[in-house]
Amino acid sequence: MALTVSAPSPGDVTADIPEEVAGRSLWQITWNRIRHDRTAMVCLVVVLMYYAVALLAGPIMVRLGIDPYSFDGSAVSDNAGAPYGAWGGISREHLLGVEWGTGRDILAQLLNGLRISLFIATVSTIAVVVLGIVFGIISGYSRGVVDTMIGWLIDIILAFPFILLVLALSGVMTQRLEAMGVPEGNPARITCLIVLFSVFGWTYLARLIRGQILSLREKEFIESAVSMGSGTTRILFKELLPNLWPTIIVYTTITLPVYISTEAAFAYLGVGTLPPDVTFGAMLGNSVGYFRAVPSYLFIPGTLLVVLVVAFSLLGDAVRDALDPRAGRV
Amino acid sequence: MAVYLFKRLIRVVVLLLLISLVVFMLFSVLPTDPARLTCGKACTPAIIEANRHRLGLDMPYIQQYWLFVRGLFVGRTYFAESPSPIECGAPCLGYSFKRGEEVSTLIKENFPPTFWLAIGAFILWMVIGVFTGIYAALRRSKWQDKAVSGIALVGYALPTFFVGLVFLFFIVLKWGLLPYPSYVSPFVNLTQFLQTMILPWITLAIVSAAFYVRLTRTQMLETLGSDFIRTARAKGVKERVVLMRHALRAGLTPIVTAAGLDLAGLLGGAIITEAVFTLPGLGSLAISSVNDADLPVVVGITLVAAFFIVMANLIVDLLYPVIDPRVRLT
Repeated sequence: MALTVSAPSPGDVTADIPEEVAGRSLWQITWNRIRHDRTAMVCLVVVLMYYAVALLAGPIMVRLGIDPYSFDGSAVSDNAGAPYGAWGGISREHLLGVEWGTGRDILAQLLNGLRISLFIATVSTIAVVVLGIVFGIISGYSRGVVDTMIGWLIDIILAFPFILLVLALSGVMTQRLEAMGVPEGNPARITCLIVLFSVFGWTYLARLIRGQILSLREKEFIESAVSMGSGTTRILFKELLPNLWPTIIVYTTITLPVYISTEAAFAYLGVGTLPPDVTFGAMLGNSVGYFRAVPSYLFIPGTLLVVLVVAFSLLGDAVRDALDPRAGRV
Repeated sequence: MAVYLFKRLIRVVVLLLLISLVVFMLFSVLPTDPARLTCGKACTPAIIEANRHRLGLDMPYIQQYWLFVRGLFVGRTYFAESPSPIECGAPCLGYSFKRGEEVSTLIKENFPPTFWLAIGAFILWMVIGVFTGIYAALRRSKWQDKAVSGIALVGYALPTFFVGLVFLFFIVLKWGLLPYPSYVSPFVNLTQFLQTMILPWITLAIVSAAFYVRLTRTQMLETLGSDFIRTARAKGVKERVVLMRHALRAGLTPIVTAAGLDLAGLLGGAIITEAVFTLPGLGSLAISSVNDADLPVVVGITLVAAFFIVMANLIVDLLYPVIDPRVRLT
């Protein structure tokens, strides 16, 4: 394989390869570099913690005796609905305060919202990556008419104003999905977001992969595979795909945080799950009416969102550096 | 060159027609019935049918599309049979029955805030981004470079709407340094215009400048190591000239590409920034039209936004030989 470095043999030209990379697979080299990158490790831990909390959100809520749905009339004033106490009514029962008017627990809403946000972003990213790989490989390997048609499709999709179309289509798409049998309400809304994100998202990766396939397919190892009588499936998945993993991994880690903040932005604009299943973005959107009185409505979800997105982006950047064969040599 | 331009223009026209067809199809298959939306509570099937006919919604989709495309080039007349027909001159983007106005008029009315927002933010982020990028490249691997790169990485990951909300909270609400944003034309009240626009400009610029810092830095590092830079320095060219005319010029192509597309994307409506700062631009028009199910306006804005992006692509391509004389358009 082009990307693995063979073990040095006596008199081999590979003998002067630095010890860091000699005789190691790409993944060992990458992991080694990330392990020695302090920022990357901190970010990795932060990201894993967010995922762990999201996965364990149910048990955590049970343990703390909170849930995002039940009203707590005793935590808010009767007439205006303002939470009692400072910082949105932070108390022993409600560690991060309560929602204005209803007294629903903020921490429970955050835990529940994190679960939804991460689910949408993760599934969208996987779908985008799969679509990008499939279209990219088809486009690059078939060339000719199919390639041209996919090229046009990409041009059209890229020319669309993404945010506007998602805004305009989400309502209708949700109804469509419900008519098709997806459970009504939030399951349909979440599916709708994932579908729209995937349909508009795959183009960039497809172009990247197409470019790589175009150059890879002219290499000798493909020629030899063809001459040995390998079928197209084998060439695509056993010969070409392994060479694309670095691109795919880097793209995935860089794209996931983008979808987390995209989901938040749409939730802010009112597209997304229905309350009381709110995500960070929707909580920030709701905070606008109250943040003068209760700044924590803005800063608690905002900080959590920013920490998640920034940590994830920094991690993606570190992964890219670690996977880049030229890194450290430039 | 003339042949190239001709080919590109044909491609642009075909692309725009395809986009309009896709948009039209997307919105034609909606389950919401535009005719139903035309009459209020006291509605009979007969009125709906009459309105459907009056609006031309009883025609086959293909005919509706044909009328729409014809309207773009030669204009069209709405309600030709009624005593007061509405003339919609070319390019006719449609007619909003909800607002009783031509879509092109609505777009023209809402364009100025978007235009000023986009231009101001663009200038700000390009100047900050490019110069900071050059600075970081010159201090490569020193602490200044690391600081700039780190800040850029974080800035790039920040969600726009959260940055905007934080600005609103501190600068407008908490410290009262600026009045609450309220858009006026710069020709009416320049002070109020600037007071309104400065925060949206900075908000958009922070996130985008971060991207251009990284891009410029990478490009500069690539060219600064070239032989022609050493030659230029060796023959005593002033450092400023070496940087701007030799190094930056050689690495300018990707920067111009990204800048053109980013600016075009903003001109089609900076939906999130406009929503946060309540600017009455195309983005706000889009959101309110989506909420009112005012389809002709949504279709119109989508097409205008797509038009900007396609044209920006064309202009950027035509600029390549100007930026880099080695490029020949064929």
